[in-house]
Amino acid sequence: MGSFVLKRSLYSIISLVGLLVLVFFLSRLTGDPAALYLPVDAPASVREAFREARGLNDPLIVQFGDFVWNLLHFDFGESLRRQRPAFDVVLEAFPWTLCLAAITMSLVLLGAVVLGSLAAMNVGKSFDRISSVISLAAASAPDFWVALMAIFLFAVALGWVPTSGTGTPWHWILPVAVLFIRPFGLILQVVRGSMITALSSAYVKTARAKGVRQRAITFVHALRNAMLPVITVAGDQAAGLLNGAVVVESVFGFPGIGKLMIDSILQRDFAVVLAAIMITSLAIFIMNLLIDLAYALLDPRIRY
Amino acid sequence: MSDHVLQVSNLSVEFDTGGRRVKAVRDVSFHLDRGETLAILGESGSGKSVSASAVMNLIDCPPGHITSGAITYRGRDLLNMSEAERREINGRKIAMIFQDPLAHLNPVYPVGWQIAEAMRVHGMPADQANRRAVELMERVGINNPQKRAKAYPHQFSGGQRQRLMIAMALGYDPDVLIADEPTSALDVTVQAQILKLLQQLRDETGMGLLMITHDLGVVAEMADRVIVMNSGQVVEAGTTRDVFKSPKHPYTQKLIGAVPGQGGIRTGKIGEEAPILKVEKLNKHFGEYHVLRDVSFDLKAGETVAVVGESGSGKSTTARAILRLDDPDNGQVIYNGRDLLAMNEKEVFKLRRDIQMIFQDPTQSLNPRMPVYKIISEAWSIHRDILPKDRWRERVLELLDLVGLKPEHADRYPHQFSGGQRQRIAIARALAVEPRIIICDEAVSALDVSVQAQVIKLLDSLRTRLGVAYIFIAHDLPVVRDFADRVVVMKDGIIVESGDVEQIFERPAHPYTQALLAASLEPDPDARDAWRAAQATVQPSVQ
Repeated sequence: MGSFVLKRSLYSIISLVGLLVLVFFLSRLTGDPAALYLPVDAPASVREAFREARGLNDPLIVQFGDFVWNLLHFDFGESLRRQRPAFDVVLEAFPWTLCLAAITMSLVLLGAVVLGSLAAMNVGKSFDRISSVISLAAASAPDFWVALMAIFLFAVALGWVPTSGTGTPWHWILPVAVLFIRPFGLILQVVRGSMITALSSAYVKTARAKGVRQRAITFVHALRNAMLPVITVAGDQAAGLLNGAVVVESVFGFPGIGKLMIDSILQRDFAVVLAAIMITSLAIFIMNLLIDLAYALLDPRIRY
Repeated sequence: MSDHVLQVSNLSVEFDTGGRRVKAVRDVSFHLDRGETLAILGESGSGKSVSASAVMNLIDCPPGHITSGAITYRGRDLLNMSEAERREINGRKIAMIFQDPLAHLNPVYPVGWQIAEAMRVHGMPADQANRRAVELMERVGINNPQKRAKAYPHQFSGGQRQRLMIAMALGYDPDVLIADEPTSALDVTVQAQILKLLQQLRDETGMGLLMITHDLGVVAEMADRVIVMNSGQVVEAGTTRDVFKSPKHPYTQKLIGAVPGQGGIRTGKIGEEAPILKVEKLNKHFGEYHVLRDVSFDLKAGETVAVVGESGSGKSTTARAILRLDDPDNGQVIYNGRDLLAMNEKEVFKLRRDIQMIFQDPTQSLNPRMPVYKIISEAWSIHRDILPKDRWRERVLELLDLVGLKPEHADRYPHQFSGGQRQRIAIARALAVEPRIIICDEAVSALDVSVQAQVIKLLDSLRTRLGVAYIFIAHDLPVVRDFADRVVVMKDGIIVESGDVEQIFERPAHPYTQALLAASLEPDPDARDAWRAAQATVQPSVQ
């Protein structure tokens, strides 16, 4: 188990380094930063001073070295628009997104696993049919439209919840509900499918021959086997949420990383964009590692 | 009537399949007492497994319905009992083991936990159940049970897994153990060990054993009484000796007549001419594991060489090497004076016409989305010079006729055929390119005895009519005895013995060949005692 974690972590670090290189050189490909940051009519001397101050006159490889060195000290440079370290700006936004994603995914998994299992136990019956229709509709709902409709209906027309912001728990209801819909529909389908396979497997027959109760067969024997594909899809969906639920955060004015990234791109605040990319990708790498671990925990065939 | 421990009376089971009702079991009756072994003998689709599943409440309803009949356990009616009462009997009084133990053990829980669960669900405290699980593992012959109880199913061999299934069934000393094809997926030497274990356990615990099998050898070895089922009905019932020695029903007679290994041995039509294929010193490693060691043999035109061995012996790897599906580390395969392992892609492409393969499972080796016409004619669209397109249809029909299928079959899809017919399609496909050599990789192993006999007959007639040479990879010795000219016996990647069929079967020299022959079950209850003596003198190979 220990060597498994070590190997996985090593792979993650390799990918992370790859991303680092990619992000740095891509950001340099967008042109001379001085031209982007400074006003169009800035005199040449100011531009030169700007370049000198930021080490932009050094060879690219030296710049990259500085970039990596600074990264290791969590120094992404100053946010141009906010006059504060970019890393601090990102660190403020990230917990909001993390929290939003965690709450949403917990609810999604709980709902999808319970309803999906019940649907698989009642294949072809009305419960299964209804849940299939709902999950299909949920999986194909466009979230910007749902978000706007939800605000219109529940916040404006009915006035049950606030339209945007984060002040009280009430503020969280709409963003969570809107983000919930799509992963829920998708994962419900996956749970149902893999539970049907698991419930018709030979080891379930053995369990019945042993006299095991149906509930234990479903939730002890079948569910653990059925969780493997579910975890893969859930991981994908969670990664999407961590990346910043850009649309939903923007619509609800939620101060998460998705909104921060969009704002920073529009303001050409590249230090913040860079920091946000590095933090979210780090988070996604950590989550993938956790998923691999969960896989290994659930299925001994991967462990040995 | 209630004297018997288990009594099945006039049982009928139907299945709904897409609007059609199939009568899987019709009016079946049998009974079982403690201490005896009853075999239900039948081919696939005979309803033998459904009958046993009905006893265990394992038929899925729907699509299945028990339409009539009664099943009683010690006079208690199982079919009119609550789910909870039924669960109390399942696993505790009547236990069951299955054909494929890897699939029937839950892959994600330790085996000790799974064995203990069979007792916990009937109310035994967890620590007591765990102790008993370790005892049972020891009893069924698992070494170091304390430690191995924490291991997972994939960490055991096939034979060990079946031992674990047996341990799982024994928790409460059941009155009845139902064994559904318990050894069909196992190698012969392992099969012999498992059957012996079941016999010992039956004698120790006094349980009744219900063996469901298609294998007449297993019946002859194990059963006191036998019922023979065909298309859902019991066609014959009686003591094993009566049924084998004087079968009354035509179906039973046909079944016993179809058993391989009864015909004459083929003798020397093969002359001294040079071999068409020479396999020389093949070696292959998979990681640390040496799967082929200096494998050498040759094949003459029109000859059949059987490569015999148990799983992991390297027999399929050898076949794959000859076909260039898997390259060995070193060695040579000389065909037409050239080493085909050294050929480039283009030459191998030409070679594919001369050497063809028929696989074990025609369900998996035929593309389900292609009609038979396309499956057979596909080779001609790949090797364009064989046949002009306007003659394809005609030739497909000829080939179908050759393998005993009808012209109208050309436009059907593989799923519309039975297993035996599918294997005929696979043979027609192989013949389409007019090969000189056909490699049969366990080509008849998955087929029922009577179908197996027909396919062997077909392969035999092709050999005579077309002069095809076969490399016949098999684990089933009686079939080899009937069909092959020469035999190569493999174990752990090494050829331990080779020679003419007569020599190998009548005067085996290597201890492993002797063990294989001793473990192979003869479908003759009289021979039972004779082999047991033989088995006692031969060291059975370790699983």
